[in-house]
Amino acid sequence: MDFDGLVRDFPDLTTTGLEQGAIYALVALGYTLVYGVLRLINFAHSEVFMIGTVAALGTWQVMGYNQNSSVNGIGIILLLLLAGLAAAVVASTLTAVAVERVAYRPLRRRNAPPLAFLITAIGASFVLFEAVGLFSDDLGIGGQRTPFGMVDVMQSETLVSIGGWDITNTQLLVILSAIGMLVALDLFINRSRLGRGIRAVAQDPDTAALMGVNKDRVILLVFVLGGIMAGAAALLWNVTYAFSRFDVGFLIGLKAFSAAVLGGIGNLRGALVGGLLLGVVENYASGLFGGEWKDFTGFVVLIVLLMFRPTGLLGESLGRARA
Amino acid sequence: MNAHVEKVRARGARMRQRWQNMPRQVRWIAIIALLVFLYLLPNRWFYINLWYFRTMESDMATVLFETSFFVLLAVGLNVVVGFAGLLDLGYFGFFAVGAYTVALLTSPESRFDIGWPWLLAVPAAVAVTMLSGVILGTPTLRLRGDYLAIVTLGFAEMIRLYAARNEGIANGQRGIPEIPHPVPDLKGSDGQSVFGVVDARPYYWLTLTIIIFVILGVRNLTRSRVGRAWVAIREDEDAAQIMGVPTFKYKLWAFAIGAAVGGLSGALFAGKQSFINSDSFQLTNSILVLAAVILGGAGNVYGAVIGAFITWYLPEWVRGIGGALGLEINVAEYRILIFGAVLIIMMIFRPQGILPSRRRAAEFADRRQEAAPTEASA
Repeated sequence: MDFDGLVRDFPDLTTTGLEQGAIYALVALGYTLVYGVLRLINFAHSEVFMIGTVAALGTWQVMGYNQNSSVNGIGIILLLLLAGLAAAVVASTLTAVAVERVAYRPLRRRNAPPLAFLITAIGASFVLFEAVGLFSDDLGIGGQRTPFGMVDVMQSETLVSIGGWDITNTQLLVILSAIGMLVALDLFINRSRLGRGIRAVAQDPDTAALMGVNKDRVILLVFVLGGIMAGAAALLWNVTYAFSRFDVGFLIGLKAFSAAVLGGIGNLRGALVGGLLLGVVENYASGLFGGEWKDFTGFVVLIVLLMFRPTGLLGESLGRARA
Repeated sequence: MNAHVEKVRARGARMRQRWQNMPRQVRWIAIIALLVFLYLLPNRWFYINLWYFRTMESDMATVLFETSFFVLLAVGLNVVVGFAGLLDLGYFGFFAVGAYTVALLTSPESRFDIGWPWLLAVPAAVAVTMLSGVILGTPTLRLRGDYLAIVTLGFAEMIRLYAARNEGIANGQRGIPEIPHPVPDLKGSDGQSVFGVVDARPYYWLTLTIIIFVILGVRNLTRSRVGRAWVAIREDEDAAQIMGVPTFKYKLWAFAIGAAVGGLSGALFAGKQSFINSDSFQLTNSILVLAAVILGGAGNVYGAVIGAFITWYLPEWVRGIGGALGLEINVAEYRILIFGAVLIIMMIFRPQGILPSRRRAAEFADRRQEAAPTEASA
């Protein structure tokens, strides 16, 4: 126990925690959306995120930037960010939709039990990450089952410093964009016509279908939205860590799912709260007990919370969030 | 297509019928012949004649040991997933707990250094894993099924991370060496210990014997009050609860029994390898066992056995065949990719598995029929 360390590094641990938490939150949105509508843990969502990181990395490589090149000039940084974002979002969305089409839709048609969905999701997840792990050198991304290094798009530098509390440019970018994405998504779900369809199906699929909501299209839309969020998270991950791996999605996916459950699965704002909270708690724990206990703490928090508040901090349900 | 499926199904039923109509003596002889075959299998003079069945490139006895130990895991997981319908994604967590318990109790290199013999440590390992199953199950089994999947997954990762990073007890990445082999005093005709380093056969025989006992136990359980309660919970938990089945208690039982079998195989593994570290407990292994159970047919012990056999033995066998034909096929490398695809395809076209339990197959057919009208109207 290192209380002095915790107190000394408290500001830094908080900002790092918020930064990581923001990425968890964006991925958690994908879990929460799909769970809210389909009552299904989209186990393959972690791979949707992973494909996003790899796609952005590949795009940067095609543009001639690898791990040894340095980036100078705000114009080029913006260009790289936008290109990476576009690639990550497109790749993640396509992956999410493909998973829906191949792994989930046939089962829905056959009225399969919930366990079957989880098993196909695991299958899809394994196919995706093994494919990336095995064929990455053929694709020119990196060696077989090795970490992929990439260009460090934004050099991390301190922007604001308030009484020893340093906030870097990447941290600001990550946290602000995550909150921005969430606000946009929240508005979309709560204010638009398509969003109303999503809420309707989440509340009661059969009645929604009777009222003329196209259920299959809503489900597709949910996967698209989840894919977009995961793509954005993938870009932010690349900017922060400048590294990816074929199984990078696993731990992030597990954390993000924990975050979704923490906040109350099916609840969009809960995903943000849960994500940020998990990130911060983890970092405090690593300050207190040492870095090797960071991942451990996340699971402990999840299990303890599930024991005392099984519906999460803000409660479940996409439909009832603003009925 | 549907008519064809019906025909195949009818053929399966007829086979079963024919088997059951055979005289009792014939069935016994068939079973004994199969057992004798299984026990003879790792002997070189025996399998050398089975050129189309044996593995070409890897040591047959070692492969058989690994397969048998994988089968034991599948039989244990089948209790949890197949009978009670609880999705446990972190089965290797229990395996790790069992292996580490044995290692800590027996190895002179462990922190405790109490040096129990292996045989004494095995019941302790089983008890500890069972307890850990109860501790993990008590809070989580009250939750919905899909949370259970994630919590068990998290549990397995926690165990692995703890083992990898804890220097005090688990020795971190260095692991725990010098775990004694089972029964070192049992000497063979050459004066060497029967359970040694080179020969994998005794371990295979030991595991095979344990599997037979576990299968007998599990079969009796499924035909008892407990087994009927499991089926009721799997089919409809709410209905079971209303009919007076204490669902939580029986779910916890299934979880604990599954955990105990997992711990037992962990103890066996530790006794054979005589060295463990956290790398032995990768998550992919948990998924492979699950894939084996689903592939073979969850809910049927023999289905689980066949699934595990296919999952472990087949890739080794194909590699050997490829080598004999002068091809470089490393199926083991692609195993997880292939099984991922197989899981999806199985769930879509044959969710009941290769050798399903009859009741479970009927459940799936039922659900499919319920879906049929909506499909027609859509």
